[in-house]
Amino acid sequence: MTKPLKQIHLAAHFPGVNNTTVWSDPRAGSHIEFSSFAHFARTAERAKFDFLFLAEGLRLREQGGHIYDLDVVGRPDTFTVLAALAAVTEHLGLTGTINSTFNEPYEVARQFASLDHLSGGRSAWNVVTSWDAFTGENFRRGGFLPQDERYSRAKEFLATAGELFDSWHGDEIIADQETGTFLRDAKAGAFVHTGQHFDIHGQFNVPRSPQGRPVVFQAGDSEEGREFAAAEADAIFSRHGTLEAGRAFYTDVKSRMAKYGRRPDQLLILPAATFALADTDAEAEELAREVRRQQVSGATALKHLEFVWNRDLSAYDPEGPLPDIDPDVGDDHISQGRAQVRMYRDPVATAREWRELAAANKWSIRDLVINTGNRQNFVGSPATLATTIDDFVQADASDGFILVPHITPTGLDEFADKVVPLLQERGVFRTEYEGTTLRDHLGLAHPDETPAGRIAS
Amino acid sequence: MSPTPSSALHLAVALDGTGWHPASWREPVARPRDLFTAAYWADLVTEAERGLLDFVTIEDGLGLQSSHFLDPDERTDQVRGRLDAVLVASRVAPLTRHIGLVPTVVSTHTEPFHISKAIATLDHVSTGRAGLRVQLTARPNEAAHFGRRTIARIEAYDSPATQDVVTDLFDETADHVEAVRRLWDSWEDDAEIRDTTTGRFIDRDKLHYIDFEGRHFSVKGPSITPRPPQGQPIVSALAHDTVPYRLVARAADIGYVTPYDADEARAIVAQIRAEQNAAGRAAEPLHVFGDLLVLLDDDPGAATARRERLDELAGQPYTSDALTFAGTPAQLADLLQELQGAGLSGFRLRPAVAGHDLPAITRGLVPELQRRGAFRRAYEADTLRGLLGLARPANRYTAA
Repeated sequence: MTKPLKQIHLAAHFPGVNNTTVWSDPRAGSHIEFSSFAHFARTAERAKFDFLFLAEGLRLREQGGHIYDLDVVGRPDTFTVLAALAAVTEHLGLTGTINSTFNEPYEVARQFASLDHLSGGRSAWNVVTSWDAFTGENFRRGGFLPQDERYSRAKEFLATAGELFDSWHGDEIIADQETGTFLRDAKAGAFVHTGQHFDIHGQFNVPRSPQGRPVVFQAGDSEEGREFAAAEADAIFSRHGTLEAGRAFYTDVKSRMAKYGRRPDQLLILPAATFALADTDAEAEELAREVRRQQVSGATALKHLEFVWNRDLSAYDPEGPLPDIDPDVGDDHISQGRAQVRMYRDPVATAREWRELAAANKWSIRDLVINTGNRQNFVGSPATLATTIDDFVQADASDGFILVPHITPTGLDEFADKVVPLLQERGVFRTEYEGTTLRDHLGLAHPDETPAGRIAS
Repeated sequence: MSPTPSSALHLAVALDGTGWHPASWREPVARPRDLFTAAYWADLVTEAERGLLDFVTIEDGLGLQSSHFLDPDERTDQVRGRLDAVLVASRVAPLTRHIGLVPTVVSTHTEPFHISKAIATLDHVSTGRAGLRVQLTARPNEAAHFGRRTIARIEAYDSPATQDVVTDLFDETADHVEAVRRLWDSWEDDAEIRDTTTGRFIDRDKLHYIDFEGRHFSVKGPSITPRPPQGQPIVSALAHDTVPYRLVARAADIGYVTPYDADEARAIVAQIRAEQNAAGRAAEPLHVFGDLLVLLDDDPGAATARRERLDELAGQPYTSDALTFAGTPAQLADLLQELQGAGLSGFRLRPAVAGHDLPAITRGLVPELQRRGAFRRAYEADTLRGLLGLARPANRYTAA
């Protein structure tokens, strides 16, 4: 008997503040106007995707003490745009990245519960943490948390929000107009939480929402992040682009779940994926090269090198050889507000490796960044993309993908029109939504059907 | 389409649950079981838009509703629970085209940075129809929901200690609004340049750190969200006394006040104008709207009888901070025009029963005012500022 085909989960990341986005393309539209979000969301829903995903940033990126100006800058407020998207879609899940460092549980819980009510059960929360005082300068909290307290605050934040979501059971509102009883219980929403980071009590004021709680996503690849996801999350937003790396991550995280009393199918692994799609594989290869050149201008290449060198390299010619000086390994970093600065743990070794690579290939600075940086995960014709994505999922390298197109807002259109039907023909992707909530799409149980207090434990 | 006459008054409606009377949810039209659905709010706001109203406000709070001013009341016979007002406003924005959307935002426990980008985004989503109604809270139970500060308990309303607490909360709210407004201006309108020759997406010289330093918080900026379509969405606040009038005079585009007659309206307007002078804002337009709770029926006796029936269901007569009007649309039109003559430029009506009194406003009062040439016959502008006759403000950071 053959193994049944796994069903693929697909989601769409609105292309925004990152160097994937090609804003210089003549087709690139606004990344702020609602019409862009509406087009993108409707395309994702037309393609029967599980959800739309929004990232977050709470301070504009800086490099060398100046606001970084080479990528798209600026984004709307996550909750507000998701609530509006609930009005122009019927099924699509709405996933927002919300920081646990610069928010408070009562407010975030009521925003997610409200979004879940207003979308009929389609909300999801990608929980992230901040480590930098740089972002903190925009908030009452100010300051920041030491690395080891980031996850402890995040965990306690999530647990506390879970207690608030669970403080209403779903049967309190009677609203009997004859007898005059609106609430069954005057203590509806009562909660007490005493912990290291939060000491709060009172009554939550949003009744239980259609999903009970939003679906919880976790992003991050550290040891602590993997444990956190295995214990708490419904899905992981990861970044493992190759089949081997994906399988290793998949096996690792799912194997950690048993000790928390969870089955592997209670956590979905959904890496972000970029793609270059054209009619033929050869055309797609050409497109991928062209997109890469658009993503990495000379100026962008120099700024990318500055992440590693941690020095001002503006005097260098991006079409010339790599700097022969070594990186500055001081504590202050030239780049603030972006996660990539932490990618290069040994900058001196990275610089040496890159110099050797450039010399051996006769690469300029820009050539090097183009050839070593992020590439499109999937390149090819519709048939090639469908096969590759399906192979990934059937090989347990992921449960699906969060696609990150490079054009706003039409970058998903061609995928929806040409790749999705092929996946449907293979019988690995839905042709109609089978339920109405995001939990339905993801095959996750309603929290009321799982052992109580998982998040609250 | 004739332009709105200069004598036109502005009309808003305040949405709160099933209506402002605590027994409103027991009326057959009330739909109390739909309160937590998008359809309920979409129906109310589209009804308000049908009546060509300037805007709706949406009430909110960071705790359960209570019949006590400072404490929870543990009652089970009234509507309890509410959705986040900013999200409700955003959810209905794509379903409407002209009406302004003004959610309540509680300044005391929220972050100006988050509020600024949320209202800016509501303005982007509604293409220029956003505002906020800023409110503070002195409730100890709501402070306990956040746990990061305690607010001194108000024991006697007329004591100096209470005055200090209240003044401090209002000062903090003024700071909150100032930080929010600076963040709206922190991007110049033409900051996004998409200059392919230099590879620059923005001109970073047109983005500004706001460097706000207050007693309760500081904010660096700039915002992550570009300047909203209106430049500055509308800021409004309800005020009953000198200290809140000062907040309105310093920080708001619209103040809601609660006079009981024309003389009182005249006195309040004079006080607000004096505070406006003192704040150095005399030249800036500032609307003063009268708040009225309304029960409307074609037969005046029916409105009074309905009020009595609701009071009986509630177990006691409902008293509001605002004047409660029970009568016909024509009688209300008379009253509004009289109050307008005393210096009010508009009214925020609080329907006693949303399902009954909102349609009575849009289908009874509005046609009556139109017959008198006192209200618009079509929306004459695409933005809330436009409807209110307020210009789009220049950006404070733009070099002259």
